[in-house]
Parts: sequence; C-alpha cells; structure tokens
Amino acid sequence: MTDVKTLEDVFQAKVDAEQKIEPKDWMPDAYRKNLVRQISQHAHSEVVGMLPEGNWIGRAPSLRRKAILLAKVQDEAGHGLYLYSAVETLGTSREKTNDDLNSGKAKYSSIFNYPTLTWADIGAVGWLVDGAAIMNQVMLCRTSYGPYARAMVRICKEESFHQRQGYEIMGVLAKGTPEQREMAQDALNRWWWPSLMMFGPSDADSPHSAQSMKWKIKRQSNDELRQIFIDRTVQQAEVIGLTIPDPELKWNEETKHYDWGEIDWTEFNNVIAGNGPCNRERLAARNKAHSEGAWVRDAAMAYAAKKAKKKQAA
Amino acid sequence: MDQHQALLTYCLRRGDDNLILSHRLGEWCGHGPQLEEDIALTNRALDLIGQARNYLQYAAEVEGKGRTEDDLAFLRSERQFVNTMLVEQLNGDYAHTICRSFLYDAWHLPLQQALTKSADERIAAIAGKAVKEVSYHLRTSSEWMIRFGDGTEESHVRAQTALDALWTFTGDLFVQDDVDAILVKAGVVPDMAPIRSAFDKTVETVLAEATLERPVDGHMATGGRQGKHSEHLGYLLAEMQYLQRAHPGAQW
Ligand SMILES: [Fe+2]
Ligand SMILES: [Fe+2]
Ligand SMILES: [Fe+2]
Repeated sequence: MTDVKTLEDVFQAKVDAEQKIEPKDWMPDAYRKNLVRQISQHAHSEVVGMLPEGNWIGRAPSLRRKAILLAKVQDEAGHGLYLYSAVETLGTSREKTNDDLNSGKAKYSSIFNYPTLTWADIGAVGWLVDGAAIMNQVMLCRTSYGPYARAMVRICKEESFHQRQGYEIMGVLAKGTPEQREMAQDALNRWWWPSLMMFGPSDADSPHSAQSMKWKIKRQSNDELRQIFIDRTVQQAEVIGLTIPDPELKWNEETKHYDWGEIDWTEFNNVIAGNGPCNRERLAARNKAHSEGAWVRDAAMAYAAKKAKKKQAA
Repeated sequence: MDQHQALLTYCLRRGDDNLILSHRLGEWCGHGPQLEEDIALTNRALDLIGQARNYLQYAAEVEGKGRTEDDLAFLRSERQFVNTMLVEQLNGDYAHTICRSFLYDAWHLPLQQALTKSADERIAAIAGKAVKEVSYHLRTSSEWMIRFGDGTEESHVRAQTALDALWTFTGDLFVQDDVDAILVKAGVVPDMAPIRSAFDKTVETVLAEATLERPVDGHMATGGRQGKHSEHLGYLLAEMQYLQRAHPGAQW
C-alpha cells in the first residue's frame, strides 16, 4: 500500500514544479475542501454580484450604458457558471453548492451586501469592485488547480472590460454637472473602504493564507494585492479629479508605495456576520429566484424525460 | 401625412417595440429560474436593445432636428411612445414572460424577413442583421412553450393561463393605418397579410406540439401605435427615463 505521506509528497512536488493538478489526480482532502470552499464562494460572489448591478439596468441613463450594463451582468452570470462547473470537477454538485448559498451556510464576497444607491455606484462598482477582483483573479490564472486556473483565464479577459467601463462612467460623471460630480465623489467615498476589505484580513490575521500559499492556490498575500490595488487606483482617481476618502493616504518615497489609513475591521466582521446593509435582501432575492423557478426547472426535466422515453420507444 | 413623416413614425414603432421589450426582459436579470436563463434573457434583451438603437438612430436622422437616439428614448412621454401593447405587459411568472416573447417573436420574425426586401436600404440592412437574432429568439421561445405545455401539469396550466391572458394583445401587432398604407405603397414595408399567415402557422404548429389551446379571438386590445397604452407603460417610462429627466442636458 502506498502511504498517504508519499502521495502527499508527490502532490507537493508537482505543485512546486508548477504543474497543474487535474480533477483525476490524487490530492489531499484538505486541498480539495479548501478549493471547494474558495471556488464556490467565488461563484456565489459572481451570482450575488448581479443583484446590486442589475438594480440599475432599468434606470441606466443612456441606451449605450443600458446595453453595456446588460452585457456586464450577463458576463457575471457566465462567470458563475464556469465556476460552478469547476466546483463540480471536485465532486460537489451544483445543487449542493447552490443550496449552501441559499441556506446562508456558504459565504460570498461581502462587498455585495452594500447597496447601489445612485447611478455613480455602477461606476464605482466596475472601477473599484471589479478592479479589486481582477487583482485576485489575475493571480488565480496561475493557481495550482487546472480547471480553476483555466476558468480564470476566460474570466479575466472580461473583467478588465468591466473595470474600464466603470472607470469610464466615473470619469464622465466627474467632469459633468456639479450634481454628477458630487454623485461620483459620494460613490467613491462609500465604496473605497469596502473595496479594500475585499482583499481579506491583513496577512497576520488571515486564517487560510499560509497553507493556500504552500499549495499555490494563492500566490500573493492579501496585503501585497491590496497594495498594488491602492497604488494603481490612487493614480486613476487623480486623473479624473476625485479624492480618495483617506486623510492618511500619502506617497512613501522609501517604499515607493502609498501608505494608507487603518481599515475598520469591525465593520468588515459585522458585514460578514450578516449585518451589512443588504445581507438579508440579497439572500432573500436568491431564495425567491430559486423557489419561484422550481416549476420551470421541473417542467424542463419532465419534458426531457418524456422525450427520451419517446425516443427509446421509437 | 407624407412618406417622410410615415417613415419616421415607422422607425419609432420598430424602435419602441424592441426597446420596451428589452427593458422588461432586463428586469429579470439576477432573478431568473436558473443561471442559464439569466444568460438567455439578457442575450435576448441585448439583441433587442441593439435593434432598438438601430431604428431610433435612423428615426433621429430621418427627423433631422438634431435629436439623438437617447432624446427619443428618454425624453418622449407616454402618449408619444408607439410600441405595440404586448411588449409593455408585466413580466408575471416565467410562463408569461416566455409567452409574451413567443407571440412577439412569431410576428417579429416574418416581419423582419420581409423587411430585408425593403426599398429603403437602411431598413433592409437593419432587418438583415436582425433576422438571424430573431430566428434564434423564436426558436428558443417556441422550445420553452413546448416544454411548458408538455412538461408538468403545473407548467401546462401556467402556460395556458399566460396565453389566454396575453392573446388579446396580439391584435395590436397587426393593426395597419395610414403610416403602413403609404409605406406599403412605396415598397418600404410589407403588407401585413402574409405576416399574419406566418404568425398563425407558427402559433398553430407550436401550440399543437405543446398541447396548448389557441385562445379564441375575442375582444382585441389595440391602440399602442397611436400611443394609447395600458397603465403599465407610464411606470416603465418613469423608471427608465428618470435620470435623463432629473438632469436635463447632462452627459452620461
Ligand atoms: Fe465580479
Ligand atoms: Fe465576474
Ligand atoms: Fe466583473
């Protein structure tokens, strides 16, 4: 009998050699579990993320913006599908994954528990939320699990379009009427800190990080990614003349990076615990869609079964 | 009315049909019965908004008063919208949404096919591009009608209920007035009679396979082409137009 230690050594050697782990390969149970948790969380985030953005499709202020927003939200649904398929390659069915979301057992990115109050929020979400997500997703294109890495390559192409269209909305508002400008600054004020929180706790307090790095699921730490995001976004805000709502933000000549103020982790934990502005609405909307859609899915299945039977009889 | 005026009105009618239906379909986004349907519905909504923009851009050019597609979409009021009444009806359950699209598609496809032969080159080009999209719309909405009709008892009842409720709005699809008369004569738009036969044939075939019953032609609700709508349209426009109305002259 081959002992687990040896299998695990072989597995780790493969990871270290930058070879992809494929669904049929042996993998440690904890690796599989960790991936199922992370990929399904990611899938749920794509799907729940459709809600705050879908919220403005009906009120998009021009036909062009309406079409772009429709296309973006459609992309997110597609991302959800790729990722649910990646979870299935690990032996967890889409039904089970979806049930865990609807029951509140599974998490999704906390950022989507914030409301989109004005049109500028659609700009801020694209610019900051998709912008922060890209940092993570670009890294995940090199993640050790093959199906996840490949899903990410497809997703990243679309995400950069999402980020650009959001930034473009903000740019147009920032040079628009005084009301539009105010709308843009207000959206930045509200979305800035939650976007920084998207990278997760500081490395010192991040429970899953070390092991994920060893397995090369994660390849850069939360704080590293957050720094890259801040450096890039501060400059983008300057270009369109908006102010990052952090009085402590300043360029550090020594490190060649921006220093920034303290993130309010109490708020972060509170939103994760279910007490964000829209946690209940988001979950209720997903549950409603699922239960009201039950008869539709049943009908499709019943019809397919009837057809298969007829074909067999013929 | 002269031909120029008729052409403008015709483009607005086509643009409004597609815009209003696209808006309704967009309301499902994130709330569909499964993720695949969210994608399918937004796909449809995207095709329709694309077609709407083509017609409204052309309308703006024909009008020649410097208005844009957005002025036409966001700054006309209830009585100036000339979409058919079917498309403004509420989404209801998924059977209503599918049935509304099916009835629309069954009319829309033969119409766009005929318009590819329009004497107006621009309309022929718009229709040429739309035909491929609309064929796909009709195929998928027909498939769902059949799945519902011949699926479970519940889906059958829901589909028949939707069909019965929406049938009254199919009359408005075939209304013809001066606008059509002038443009038919000029070879710009087709006569409605063959479109009607194609519609009837599609409905007959699909309903037969779906084991659904075609409702009897009772009272038909009409008026959309004259800007006389159901009460639903006002709310739709209030939502759709709010930002443009609240910030006159702003760029987005
Ligand atoms: Fe996203
Ligand atoms: Fe995405
Ligand atoms: Fe995105």
